[in-house]
Amino acid sequence: MTPRVRRIVFLVAGGVFAVTLAWTFRALPSFGHFNGAYGTALSRVSVPERHITDAVTAVNFDYRGFDTLGEEFIFFAAVVGVALILRAQHGERAEHSADYATGRAVPPTSDAVRVLGLGLTPPTVLFGLYIVAHGHLTPGGGFQGGVVLATGVLLIYLAGEFDDLHGLYTETALERSEAIGAGGFIAIGLLGIAIGSALLDNVLPLGTTGSVFSAGIVPLINASVGLEIAAGLVLLLTMFLHQTIVLRETSP
Amino acid sequence: MTILPYLVAVWLFVVGMYGIVTSRNLVHQIISLSVVQASTYVLLLAVGYRAGATAPVFADISTTRPVVDPVVQALSLTDVVVGATVTALLLAVAVQIHKRTGTLDPEALLGRTDS
Amino acid sequence: MTALQSVMLVFVAAGGSGVVITRDPLRQAMVASFFGILLAILFFTLQAPDVALSEVVVGAVALPLMILVSLAKIRGGQK
Repeated sequence: MTPRVRRIVFLVAGGVFAVTLAWTFRALPSFGHFNGAYGTALSRVSVPERHITDAVTAVNFDYRGFDTLGEEFIFFAAVVGVALILRAQHGERAEHSADYATGRAVPPTSDAVRVLGLGLTPPTVLFGLYIVAHGHLTPGGGFQGGVVLATGVLLIYLAGEFDDLHGLYTETALERSEAIGAGGFIAIGLLGIAIGSALLDNVLPLGTTGSVFSAGIVPLINASVGLEIAAGLVLLLTMFLHQTIVLRETSP
Repeated sequence: MTILPYLVAVWLFVVGMYGIVTSRNLVHQIISLSVVQASTYVLLLAVGYRAGATAPVFADISTTRPVVDPVVQALSLTDVVVGATVTALLLAVAVQIHKRTGTLDPEALLGRTDS
Repeated sequence: MTALQSVMLVFVAAGGSGVVITRDPLRQAMVASFFGILLAILFFTLQAPDVALSEVVVGAVALPLMILVSLAKIRGGQK
């Protein structure tokens, strides 16, 4: 089917679909009047029962921690998939890694970028650690804090060259950190089984509401997830950059 | 206009699908897919919203105040990060397709039988 | 529904259309990043700070990064 025919077929089908969907959405509760009982019950009990002031983190890592375990492993599997797809193939060899552009000389990194990159890295890493650590108190948690931590490493790459990243970490260390983060989630969950109650049950002491060391296993799970997401994203960055900058085709 | 959020969710879905169907470039298709994913976040958060309620964080408010539903926010939260990573996976596939076949055009890739 | 939410919803719809209409992937990466920021502001007005934080870091950092590095590899192969 030619592109024009495809476009017309889609416009018809998409129009019918959109009208039907909008018609069906009239049966949803009207905007602003949601009366879901589960959410109301959870926000009422999350502070007295689990000493967690951020109800979203309580749902994510305590009440529905098992679903977050699945999501975390989707992330892990995606990183493994990228590692498989972007490995060196036949007819490629690793060249010296330096920034290059086809057909022109690469200008050196300007001083402004270098200063900004290096100056912003410590606050970014600190901010990432803060978001991971305070996930159960204020909006944040392992997922967001992990991405901010990976941003800190990205700033180092922007300020310098790809070689500078290799001085910071080895790929093996990154892969091990990601595995520790992913396995740590399960290990903490197995604590519950070891004591005789359910998987991912909140079995550690709950502490006082509002302090960083409270809410039982939730700060530990946050730290583990933060480590995995940060290591995974830096690994993705490294693999894509390795593919772009280092691997060159051997001439046919 | 209380159905505007749902209409926007439907619009984003249909527009994203249009981008995927009529695209001539694999990377353009992948980014349009992220628009489709955004429509689900808008729908979820619009369903969970309560008029006059505040964010479900009790660090500085009393626990008796009405808050919006935290369950849909928990769903969208992990979905955003995982969706970006799956996009990275798709981009890796696109990079390898370009290396093998030299083109990113879905029309040109249709019906190819070489590896 | 407050005026701010209606305005942000209209912007998000326009932003999504803009992402699809931009055909060149390099420009589309920038538009997609801007779309992510618009989404984050919308989530914020819908009283969802966690999701807004997630969308901001992903849309401003992770997504444009992956797209730009992929495009660099693809363009580098096209002599």
